Formats: sequence, structure tokens, C-alpha cells
Amino acid sequence: MTPLLNIRNLEVTSDRKKIIQQCSLHIRKGEVHIIMGPNGSGKSTLCHTIMGHPQYRVTRGSMKFNDVNLQKLSPTERAKLGLFLAFQYPQALPGVSLGQVMRATAHSMPLPKLKQALQNALQSMQLAEEFATRSLNEHASGGEKKRLEMVQLMLLKPKLAILDEIDSGIDIDALKLITQAINEQRAQQKTSFLIITHYPRLLQHLTPDRVHIMMHGRIVHSGDSTLGKQLEQEGYAAFEYTHKLTRTLRKKQTTQRD
Amino acid sequence: MSKTKPHTIQHPQENYTAGFRMPERAVFKARKGLNEKIIQQISQHKQEPQWMREFRLQAYALFQKKPMPRWGADLSAIDFSDIYYYLKPTRQSEKRWEDVPSEIKTTFDRLGIPQAERKYLAGVGAQYESEVVYHSLQKHLEKKGVIFVDTDTGLRKYSKIFKKYFGTVVPPGDNKFAALNSAVWSGGSFLYVPQGVHVDLPLQAYFRINAEKMGQFERTLIIAEEGSSVHYVEGCTASTYSSGSLHSAVVEIIVKRGAHVRYTTIQNWAKNVYNLVTKRAVAYQDAVMEWVDGNLGSFKTMKYPSVYLMEPGARAEILSLAFAADGQHQDAGGKVIHVAPHTSSRIISKSISKGTGRTSYRGLLKVHRGATDVKSRVVCDALMFGKYARSDTYPTIKIDELQTQIEHEASVSKIRDEQLFYLTSRGVTEDEARGLIVNGFIEPIVKELPMEYAVELNRLIEMEMEGSVG
Repeated sequence: MTPLLNIRNLEVTSDRKKIIQQCSLHIRKGEVHIIMGPNGSGKSTLCHTIMGHPQYRVTRGSMKFNDVNLQKLSPTERAKLGLFLAFQYPQALPGVSLGQVMRATAHSMPLPKLKQALQNALQSMQLAEEFATRSLNEHASGGEKKRLEMVQLMLLKPKLAILDEIDSGIDIDALKLITQAINEQRAQQKTSFLIITHYPRLLQHLTPDRVHIMMHGRIVHSGDSTLGKQLEQEGYAAFEYTHKLTRTLRKKQTTQRD
Repeated sequence: MSKTKPHTIQHPQENYTAGFRMPERAVFKARKGLNEKIIQQISQHKQEPQWMREFRLQAYALFQKKPMPRWGADLSAIDFSDIYYYLKPTRQSEKRWEDVPSEIKTTFDRLGIPQAERKYLAGVGAQYESEVVYHSLQKHLEKKGVIFVDTDTGLRKYSKIFKKYFGTVVPPGDNKFAALNSAVWSGGSFLYVPQGVHVDLPLQAYFRINAEKMGQFERTLIIAEEGSSVHYVEGCTASTYSSGSLHSAVVEIIVKRGAHVRYTTIQNWAKNVYNLVTKRAVAYQDAVMEWVDGNLGSFKTMKYPSVYLMEPGARAEILSLAFAADGQHQDAGGKVIHVAPHTSSRIISKSISKGTGRTSYRGLLKVHRGATDVKSRVVCDALMFGKYARSDTYPTIKIDELQTQIEHEASVSKIRDEQLFYLTSRGVTEDEARGLIVNGFIEPIVKELPMEYAVELNRLIEMEMEGSVG
């Protein structure tokens, strides 16, 4: 089975600075992948690049979604293919409501049905009805914003949802709601997930297929969910060694070739 | 909704559906240009009393003396000798649309005026070139003593009350264009609301310029007696020509004790019209005056609705919305003068400029000495699209009293890439995303409009935003 998301040897540049190098990632339908890594390791950049943020340029490698080359597609087109990004810092949109945004999306349904679906999704995230009509992400708490991202995910039903630190800045109750929703989407819609997190606690609520460690713009290690435990005990330092080792090996290979 | 040409700037005129022309129609048209003889002619045609003729001639002398404003929009291309100052399209104003000449009626049909009248208006005045061709008011309001007629009729039929207030709020010498209007005024609305009468549905005046090189100089006078309330709405469009037209109105409003007047304007002149308007209200004890001023059309606009708060408890609210597309300059804003203590005001200005469009917020907030416990808040936000769009803020604040509470905020923003990215990542197209953000930006003003106008305004702005480059 070809992977849903197929990233090969990706190099990403922003302002002439290489942020991601030699990054490969394959996610199949219904799989949950988790990426962990220290601050500044390129996790958010990877999320934004997959979604098509104009600030990031792919300078090497390839990115395919359902065998379609993503690189030339606009964020709108990527969304229409079934990609979704839940932002770490969702943008406030003064005067623009969640209802309006949902109505404007390509996936819009008949209005009464949409309204109902929106209310259901808000309810399941324990958000008041008025969140549908007030300015999106404006005067909302950190936890509310994250839950609003999940509401949008539930309505848009993407094939692959990228969640950029969906679990940061929220309390334990919100975390439960969010992970429940992730598991439900996965079970019912066969949604695939790429989840960025700093907290191994998230792994207790989900059963990820793969856990990746990202450092210095590379995925330095991939494993199963036990990787989280190892990380909790040993910290990123343990993987710093692997990172250095692979780099040295690569260098050696290049020198030998010369 | 499918959007075309996502990466070209559309010429605004392409979307100006109101720019259509009808064959010119006149029962009398004064010769081009302006002199005393033409003013005499206008007055004669209207069979005015001597005092009005003298008022006009004195105003004309002032007009000649007054310099052109050296601030605001660039008006140097106006050629006063290349304008028709008076064009009478029909013999008289009618009370039934059936009696209005067909090409004029067709015009207003196409603009949706009779339809709107049936649905949600208490009365309508429709002006075509220099004269009001149609006027109506619901019977029950007439019975309550509400007067809503064109201003010429006001002078003729209600001369006593007319003379008492006319020219008292905006004297002819106020500025060059007020002087011009005072000299050649024609048409406009005369509205009188008796004590304690509440006009529950809006009254609307619609102004249309069809002829080329036309000058329209309507004059509006509104008197709201104690404890009364009224919402007056005006709209305007013009046929599109390559040569300039001139619209220079004067609006005077008297809001008596405890009365409430709201004056809403949706200005959508064709982009060859100079729109230079003086609008002013005086508000007495516990009175409320609200200006909702939307400027979308015209080539250049200079307009700063103002309120003089004369007695304690008076309140002023000015909501100003300006949109300048390619080649347009909207120099708009508002003025509040706190003459009395315990008065309050709020000015909210939102402006959008795109392409080579330019918006300027120009405001005055003045607090007289002795006007203690004044509260005022001024907020102006500007939104710009593209690197050639321009926006400036000229807020003047003159406070002669220490015991006041003044807040002023100004912000200028471009639509942030991050907002666009957020919306497009949801599957919204870039054009729609911009439309959403712009509509969100003006929402605080749009929500104050009657529903039908809010829908219309959003539609106009969406048309303007289509295919603009961020």
C-alpha cells in the first residue's frame, strides 16, 4: 500500500537558512505518527511546509500526498485534497466567525446541516454555542483555541490531520477531550494523524504507530510508542548521540566517495 | 462562488453596475458655468422669495472670495466653468411612481428604490439631477405632523419654520463648498419630526446624477423636536463619464432635547465625481446624534460629519467607513465639539485602501473650557492592500478643559499573511479569505446598518475585493 503522505529527503529553506534536511516520513491511512523534539528542531516548519506556507521553500526532496506532488499546490488546494493543520497559535480573526469560515470552505454542506454539525462539534468539545458566531480565536483562552481547532477538524474531516502542539497550554480535561476526538476520528473516519508534541503524556492517551525524534532539522530516530518512555527517562541528550553518529557516518561516506 | 483572475487588480469601474446612462432629459438646463445671472435664473425658476435670492447672491460672493482648501484631497483639476449648475429634469415632483417619466422611473427601478420603499421604508425622496422627482411619506406619519418633503417645497410650504433654521448650522461662509451650495442649492430633503413622534422605519433619500459634467447641490435640513426620533438614510450613484462631475451638498440637523437622530449614508458615486460635502448637527440636552457614513464611491471625497454638543447629556456617535480603490481618495472622518459639560462622544473610523487608492482619516475633537466631565473615544483603523495603497491619519485634538476623559487609538494594518494562511489552510480560496477578513474588519460599522443596507454594502465590498493582490 502506498503511503498517504510520502516525504522523501526533504530540505526546507527559509530566508536562505536551511531548517530541515534529509527528512523522510511515510504515513499510511489511519496511522498516527508523533514527532517529538527540542525547541527549534524544525517540527513546526515541517507542519507549515506540508500545508504550503509561502515562507518555506522546498529546496530538495519531494512531498507527495496520495501520489500527488504537493509542492506546486496552494494551501487551499492542499486542504481540498484532504490535508488539515491545527495551528500551535491559531490566528485571531476579528469580525470573522467560525460559522463563516466553515461556510466558505470547499467542503461546505447545506446550511442547516452545517449548522447542526457545527453545534454538535462544539458540544463535543464543551464549547458554548456562541463560539459559532463570535470572532474566531479572538478573546479566547489558549485551551478554547485548541478546542476550536479540533472543532474545525471534525467538520472538515481531513484524510491527514497535522496537529502542531495541540496539547500545549491546555488543562488535563481539555487534553482528554482532544485525545478522545482524535481517537474517534481515527476509528470512524480512518483519519491519519501527524502530531507534534513536547509531552510524553500525550502518548498515554493515544496509541501511535510511530514516534519520531526530530533534532537539528532531521528525524534522528524513529520507533514505537516505547520511545516516549525512553525520552522521558533519558532526555534528548540520548538522541544527540545518535544524531552525531549518523552525521559522522554520512560524512565518512561522502569522504570515501571523494 | 467561483472567482476569476485571482492575481490581477480589477479596475473598479468594471464592477460599477450603477454607472449606466439614460438619455438626458431636461425641461430646463442652465448654461454651463456659474455667474450671478445663472443664480438669478435658478431662483426665478423656483419662484423663490426675495430673501432666498439675496441669500444665494451673498453666498455666491463668499464662494468667489473663499480660497480652495489647501489640505485634504487634491482638487486642483476642478474647473468650475465646465460644470452645469442646474438641470431641471421634470416639471414637478410626483407622489406616485407611475407619474414619474419612464426613463427616470426605470433608473430608480434598476437601483431598487421602489422595491425598497415597499419593503422597509417609511418614506422616500428621489432626486434626479437638480430636482426631486418623487416624494412619499406614509400616511400615519403625515397625520402625526411629520413633514418629509423636498427642500424647495419646504421653503414654499413651511417657510416660517424653514427660515428659522435654514443656514443656522452651516452658514454660507463656513467653507468654499458650503458657500457654493448656498448659492446654487436645489433639491434635498426637508424633514421635520414633531415633539415626541418616533418614526419607526427609516426615511430614505436617493440622489442620482445622470447627465455629464453635472453639478448636484442638494440641501438637507432636519429638525427633530424634543423627545422625537428618526433614522434618515441616503444613497447615491451616478452615471459614469470620463469628465468630472461635482456633488456638493450641505446637511444641517437640529436635535432638540432628548431627541435621537441617526443619519446613514451609503455613498457610491461613480468614480468621476468630486464629492465635497458639509454635514453638521447640533445636539441639545440629552439628545443623541449618530452619523453612519459609508464612502465607497466618488473620485475624491472630502467629508467630515460633525456634531456640536451644546447642552449637558448630549451624545455624539460617528461611524465612518471609507474604501478607496484604484485612483480614489477618500478624505473622510468626523468632528465633535464638546461645548457643554457632561457630554460624550465616540468616533470609530475604518478605512480600506487598495491598488492606488488612498484613504485619510481627518478628525477633530474639541473640548471647550468649562465642558467638564466630557468623555470621548476615537478609534481609527486602516487596512491596506498592496504596496501602492496609502492611508494617513490626521487627528486633531484640542482640549481646553482638564477634567475630561479622552481616549485615542489608531492602527494601520495590512492583512497578515498568517491570517490568509490560516484561512486558506481550511480550504477557503485566497480571494474569499481576503473578503472574509475585510468584512470582518468593517463589521463593527456594518452591524449598525439596517439589514438590507448591510447586505448591499458587503456585496459592494466583496465586488471591489475580488482579485486584489495582497
